[in-house]
Amino acid sequence: MGKASTRAGSVGRSVPRLEGAAKVDGRARYVDDLSFPGMLHGRTIRAPHACGRLRSVRLGPGGLPLGLVVVGPRDIPGDNVIAVIEDDQPALAWGEIRHAEEPVLLLAHADREALFAVPAEVEMIPGAPVFDPLASPRVFKHIRIARGDAGAALRKAPVVVEGEYRTGAQEHVYIEPNGVIAVPENGGITVHGSLQCPHYVHKALCRLLKLPADKVRVVQTETGGGFGGKEDYPSVIAGHAALLALKARRPVKIVYDRAEDMRATTKRHPSIVRLRTGFSRDGALLAIEAEVVMDGGAYVTLSPVVLSRGVLHATGPYRCPAVAIDGRVVMTNTPPNGAFRGFGAPQTQFAIEAHMDRCAEQLGIDPVKLREKNAFRPGDVTATGQKLPKDTSALPVLREAVRRSDFHRKRKAWAGTGKGIGLALFFHGSGFTGAGEVRLASRASLELTAKGARILVGSTEIGQGTRTMLAQIVADTLRWPLSAIEVAPADTGLVPDSGPTVASRTCMIVGAILQRAARELKHKLGRLTPTQYLARHGALVVTKQYEKPAEIHWDEERYKGDAYGTYAWGCDVVELEVDPVTREVRPLKLTAVQEIGKAIHPGHSRGQIEGGSAQGLGWALSEEVVMRDGKMANAQLTNYMMPTTKDTPEFDVAILEQAYRHGPFGAKGVGELPMDGPAPAVVNALRHAGFDVREVPATPERLLKCASR
Amino acid sequence: MRFTLNGKPVELKVAPMRRLLDVLREDCGLTGTKEGCGEGECGACTVLLDGAPVNSCLVPVAQAEGTKVTTIEGLRGHTKLQQAFVTEGGAQCGICTPGFLLAASTLPRAASLEAVKQGLAGNLCRCTGYAGIYRSVAVARGGARAAPKPKPAARAKATPRAKTKPKARSAAARRSR
Ligand code: FES
Ligand code: FES
Repeated sequence: MGKASTRAGSVGRSVPRLEGAAKVDGRARYVDDLSFPGMLHGRTIRAPHACGRLRSVRLGPGGLPLGLVVVGPRDIPGDNVIAVIEDDQPALAWGEIRHAEEPVLLLAHADREALFAVPAEVEMIPGAPVFDPLASPRVFKHIRIARGDAGAALRKAPVVVEGEYRTGAQEHVYIEPNGVIAVPENGGITVHGSLQCPHYVHKALCRLLKLPADKVRVVQTETGGGFGGKEDYPSVIAGHAALLALKARRPVKIVYDRAEDMRATTKRHPSIVRLRTGFSRDGALLAIEAEVVMDGGAYVTLSPVVLSRGVLHATGPYRCPAVAIDGRVVMTNTPPNGAFRGFGAPQTQFAIEAHMDRCAEQLGIDPVKLREKNAFRPGDVTATGQKLPKDTSALPVLREAVRRSDFHRKRKAWAGTGKGIGLALFFHGSGFTGAGEVRLASRASLELTAKGARILVGSTEIGQGTRTMLAQIVADTLRWPLSAIEVAPADTGLVPDSGPTVASRTCMIVGAILQRAARELKHKLGRLTPTQYLARHGALVVTKQYEKPAEIHWDEERYKGDAYGTYAWGCDVVELEVDPVTREVRPLKLTAVQEIGKAIHPGHSRGQIEGGSAQGLGWALSEEVVMRDGKMANAQLTNYMMPTTKDTPEFDVAILEQAYRHGPFGAKGVGELPMDGPAPAVVNALRHAGFDVREVPATPERLLKCASR
Repeated sequence: MRFTLNGKPVELKVAPMRRLLDVLREDCGLTGTKEGCGEGECGACTVLLDGAPVNSCLVPVAQAEGTKVTTIEGLRGHTKLQQAFVTEGGAQCGICTPGFLLAASTLPRAASLEAVKQGLAGNLCRCTGYAGIYRSVAVARGGARAAPKPKPAARAKATPRAKTKPKARSAAARRSR
């Protein structure tokens, strides 16, 4: 580690992605690229109806292929549950069926074709399903947030605006479907898979298989996208493969095809949000009343936390002295909805941002002015009573987005032309909600190597650039060149539990833990080089655990306090054009200005913003999950329309930085923020173009129906 | 069944209706070609057949008889393009990348952005929003790198409300009081 190598740091530079070379020459190994000696393929037999009682599962008629392995609920050594938050979801259903596609039996065979040719008939006594969340008798979680007396404030407010806003489900469409391989070994099981959270899977497997922690190992393979879709679901598919593998005593691979992945795995929670807001005549926000309803699907899975993030973002980035938020997530007889980039916040911020433009209209105030007037400033207090820190950047992002996009001129010039321009202002809490980070108690390690150091974390690279970003943080903290840093595979047999790779937390939380580990490693090394140290003292591993900044307080009972350590801020401007006949919407340009503390890797940060914005546009315009009798009717990429090159507009991305004092080099989270803005900016642009839409996706059919104003 | 695979002749005994994708991955051991949908929509399985991009999930291997098949493992002469996908954000999770690289390798050198979009319209990417892919293609052709330059957020001081209004106005308001 000579002096020459310590000159330029890597933080803030767009260095080449660490695993980039393997991804461009075909060497990168994803789960389906792996094979093990004697490996079988697995298949899941699923319930045909949305609810009822399971009567029988029959294989045949006809002879079954020799060597067919069959696993039913009775073959489960441990508890028949997928352990997440509540333990209500069985790995294999028996008795009560709560949703179509619910797994009831597992098969495995060496010949994939023969396996899928086995006729299987599932007989059920159908029940009466509930699909409308407003009619659901069962509430999974109910959260109330109150500040001041919203009812009284609304009664007194000179201007009151009401509205109902709806968002649809969304499919993740990671291009690599869910898949795992379970290998029985060492008296236990090892699962290799496409997943975001190896330690979640580890916990679920211990419970399901009744194995001690050291007999279960979960190894992440190169992962072809996740977006939340590989946060909780891998526990299900890994459980299935492991059950088959233990019974067969052979490795078992389950990789879903696209149709099965779309029909059976999680989606973004559909939402209905009703808002009532009170204003003074000059546009000061006096009260917000919000009712948030989310469709959780058949089992609890992650719904309570999705709701939590949803209600915590329901006021949008606005100060308001009187707030009453009432949120619930309810059961319906559809496959469970789960994590999807943004995790509830895109739904509630869609509502408030679409609402704000309607308020501006009724108040006769320019939508930018109305936002400027009410946007959070540093020192303002949120609905939960959190005093916002210095890095509160609602105004800077708003002003920069308006300036860059030439918003005011276009807004005037385009009136009545069929073109529209609209904006949305939003924020996103970085890291787990409330006391979540304290409960996670994440750990991260650094190991001294002859070359430098090796990072040991459970955080996963799923395309977002985790490996490179963490290596940059460690390299710069040690003042070593990036090439001195390696990143160990996310293998629970090797790395500590750094918490899940979700919630825009990896950089800000895990990065900060690693930074502390790096400081200690440096201190321990003193003036020795790694080789000298290893020769003199032997191996060195430094492990650090999350430490809560002293000023963060959260009261889970009352939903009061610092909901997040800090927030990232964004403002999106969407320009679009509506075909006068077909009502097809063509997005022309999206300007995204986002303040993320510090861009450790500006290129990858921009990639997150562009990719997240494209997903947001898809959700806003074309991606519709069509459910029929509780089953996804368009479970194909042919008719589930995610954006192609031709549907994706030009992006103008500007990254702003305002350091967060507890983030590594000032960094906050960036992964989810870009998902919050596009949908409301789209409907606001549509409003400008003459369409009063309050629901996404704003498909041509919906635009044809909605009253042109 | 004979064809040329990445420049080398191969001879295989396989059922003629098997998907070229499976034969490449399972029989030839070339797993760089990916399956994203199996229905011709995502382009993750793109390979070149006599130099033209095809979705190998839709091609029965019989159709490859006597042709030259190129997969990501055999892509030659496009190092700059591959390099650019690494440095310009063309590859994030990388599952779509082999398909995009093969499709992009067939684009005419002088293709406009519109033509690039058209040429890549058969390939889906869920990570990048395609922008990083266009940048990679442009840089591989000698275009300038355009790394983003983050700016400090303008000091967002806790300004009292009146301050957000133009100065002249508030001065006028003071006078009228
Ligand atoms: S796998 Fe062939 S087009 Fe998707
Ligand atoms: S890089 Fe992930 S799908 Fe394209």
